[in-house]
Amino acid sequence: MENFKTDFEKALKNNNLTEKEIAFKNLNAKEFSSHGFPNRKDEDWKFSDINQIIKKEIGELNFYSEQLKKSEIDKDILLNEIEHNKLVFINGQFLQIDFNSEDKGKIEFLDNQNNIDEQLADNSLINLNNALSNKSYKLLVKKNYQIKKPLIIYHTTNNELTSQNINLKINFELEENSSLKLIDLVKDKGNKNFINIFYNFSLEKNSILKNYKIDQFENDNIRYMFNNIKQSSNSVSETFYLSKGSTFSKNEIFCDLKGEHSSAFVNGIFSLNKSKHHEIKAKINHFVENTKSYQLVKSVLEDKSRSVYQGKIYVDSKAQKTDGYQLSKAILVDETTEFNAKPELEIYADDVKCSHGSASGSLDENSIFYLMSRGLSYIEARELLINGFLVEVINQITDEPIKKLIKNLYGLKNEY
Amino acid sequence: MREKELEKLKDYKYGFSTDIENFKAPKGLNEDVIKFISNIKKEPKWLLDWRLKAYDRVKALKEPNWQKPKYPKIDYQDLYYYSAPKSFKEKPKSLDELDPKLIETYNKLGIPLNEQKRLNGIAVDAVFDSVSVATTFKDTLTEKGIIFCSISEAIQKHPDLVKKYLGSVIPITDHYFATLNSAVFTDGSFVYIPPGVRCPMELSTYFRINASDTGQFERTLIIADKGSYVSYLEGCTAPMRDENQLHAANVELVALDDAEIKYSTVQNWYPGDKDGKGGIYNFVTKRGLCKGKNSKISWTQVETGSAITWKYPSCILQGDNSVGEFYSIAITNNHQKADTGTKMIHLGKNTKSKIISKGISAGFSDMTYRGLVDISTKSSNSSNYTQCDSLLMGNKCGAHTIPYIKNKNSNSNIAHEATTSKISDEQLHYCQQRGLNSEEAVSLIVNGFCKEVLQQLPMEFAVEAQKLVGISLEGSVG
Repeated sequence: MENFKTDFEKALKNNNLTEKEIAFKNLNAKEFSSHGFPNRKDEDWKFSDINQIIKKEIGELNFYSEQLKKSEIDKDILLNEIEHNKLVFINGQFLQIDFNSEDKGKIEFLDNQNNIDEQLADNSLINLNNALSNKSYKLLVKKNYQIKKPLIIYHTTNNELTSQNINLKINFELEENSSLKLIDLVKDKGNKNFINIFYNFSLEKNSILKNYKIDQFENDNIRYMFNNIKQSSNSVSETFYLSKGSTFSKNEIFCDLKGEHSSAFVNGIFSLNKSKHHEIKAKINHFVENTKSYQLVKSVLEDKSRSVYQGKIYVDSKAQKTDGYQLSKAILVDETTEFNAKPELEIYADDVKCSHGSASGSLDENSIFYLMSRGLSYIEARELLINGFLVEVINQITDEPIKKLIKNLYGLKNEY
Repeated sequence: MREKELEKLKDYKYGFSTDIENFKAPKGLNEDVIKFISNIKKEPKWLLDWRLKAYDRVKALKEPNWQKPKYPKIDYQDLYYYSAPKSFKEKPKSLDELDPKLIETYNKLGIPLNEQKRLNGIAVDAVFDSVSVATTFKDTLTEKGIIFCSISEAIQKHPDLVKKYLGSVIPITDHYFATLNSAVFTDGSFVYIPPGVRCPMELSTYFRINASDTGQFERTLIIADKGSYVSYLEGCTAPMRDENQLHAANVELVALDDAEIKYSTVQNWYPGDKDGKGGIYNFVTKRGLCKGKNSKISWTQVETGSAITWKYPSCILQGDNSVGEFYSIAITNNHQKADTGTKMIHLGKNTKSKIISKGISAGFSDMTYRGLVDISTKSSNSSNYTQCDSLLMGNKCGAHTIPYIKNKNSNSNIAHEATTSKISDEQLHYCQQRGLNSEEAVSLIVNGFCKEVLQQLPMEFAVEAQKLVGISLEGSVG
């Protein structure tokens, strides 16, 4: 914490901030220093003690680094498989923007926003983010505009970076009848950093958000991502997680369904090995009538890895006719792995349809036998079963080109 | 005035209290009170030391506060920790010696000891406040070598057994309420089934809270030795009181190799009035240890009473091939609150557990299922199946499900399902069309919803429980 205090003061000095912003940052910094990193005593972190993990994997963490000189973008981090718009961040700093495929004036990216939330967050990692993120970015999709090509946000680090805390905060606003397809792609060269990303989404009437978070490539970083989504009537949010590459990753999604007929879909895949530890925590709040939510999370765990799924459906007493569903499944491939789940329902209305299911176990030996008796080798049979198990989640993706891209990235053939 | 009283009585069928002068320890929680309890019960020194050790822990511990139903702070210094009906200072030798008023109380409850003795073939160890008053059918049980008596008696007569098993499942290093119980427990039941014996009858204890301001700290210890079987019933009703009464009992079950224990509860303590005033706090710790190979422990509970129910009857499946089961119906109405569920902790190989939980909430009540299924690394080839269903009546109440699922073993399977629904208008309409009034219809539908659990109850309880389900929901529809 000593580190944090001195680093925070340095960060304050080196940014041009208004008085209000300074007050807000001070408040958040105070909040963070009194709570520190979450530990097992926090109900939300019962299964993953980030305090211990940071100590073990990183050791002493730096919260402030001198502005690194603008680095060139490595061409090899960019994806060629799909035509797309780009936003590139290196080490948490904004580097490049490219909206060439879109109509002019329909999408705005602003980097001089007042970084002040109305309420102080009850989450010490968000406090940390608010205290240290140097700029607040905002992406605005104008009324009635449907994005043509997906936007890929590249979250990259270069190899100069280590033991560093990176904070990034972006606010997204989707005006009426607009849509956004957003891919968050993680590509790291830096190691042993703690990356803390906080997204705020505001979805106006009839807007559609599709957010795909891809953490596919092997890296030694610790990652925390928080999606805070507020939805008006008839809006749809679809969030997909491919949780695979980082040493530790926790994705939180907090979704408020505030308008009638709004719906939220959360789908996720954990595909882990090498002692990795990943977690998804979803909380869907149904505040009004006729809203819908659907969550599907599947894990395949190997070699000392652990996954955690905490999903919660909250139904307010006004939210009659809610339809809420949660399913989590896990395959524990070998004896060293662990799957933890806490699928919660908190319901105050009676005319609702809410259910959850959770199942975990080993690969079905009978199915393997069936396939082997038809000529597949053990390894082929296993692979077929695991891929079949996971592809069900990928098939939930509603955008065809992106579905194809993700299958490609994951290494699945198109037949699936 | 009298009419008002009668009006009150009408609301709660069992709401009356017998006027027996109570013999009490001084108010408050301190070493002297514990010594007083130990002394009056003529306990050996090791037990007093054990109690004092527990009390030391209590002083260091804090009350847990993670539960959903919150309650006003309990002043532990303002409670009586020991009260016995005065006329029982000397124990009666036979039923005839019982205080006639006490007999009357049981009669009102519908459990006349004499009748029950003849008709049901149940041995009853009735606990009136804190002292066991009568034990029946002793002879039949003694013949088989079964010990069924109050725990105070067991401490005198079977100190070795008590010393060996007391605290072996719920140690004094446990959570606040369990440890408090270890320090100040007054009485309770003790059962020992010798190897290879199948207990020929259902053993039953009716608990009854009588004195105002008396925290009840029962301690029950049941040991099923190798290859034995026992079915134990526990049922409770309590008189109407305005102040909240704390009940922090401990129940420990130990099943050795090939033994089976079936523990059934119907809990119908005073739930408070329609505005949520008064009622019992039911903070009970129940835990069973499947210690031996092929052992089995099965919990069945019907929880309809108490202002706050906060308990998790659990199974520790230590022996290989052991089985744990939990069947529960919890009904909350008016301002009642319940946070209940179970823990299944798999330690041995090939262990199996099953959880069926049905929660029904009506009125302004709040119901939470909270459960843990934990399969450890060593517990290969184990499995768990969990089903929790909730039924809501109206939008002023809440139903919540908080399961914790931990699987650390790749050869083990866990399956969990939960649903939340309401009684559909079609179902109600169908029943009403066939001549049932709305309350009968609700009772019928709810009984159907709970059937899987009701089936698990022994005959004697099943009938009572079915009625209770109907009564508990009176006035919740319409």
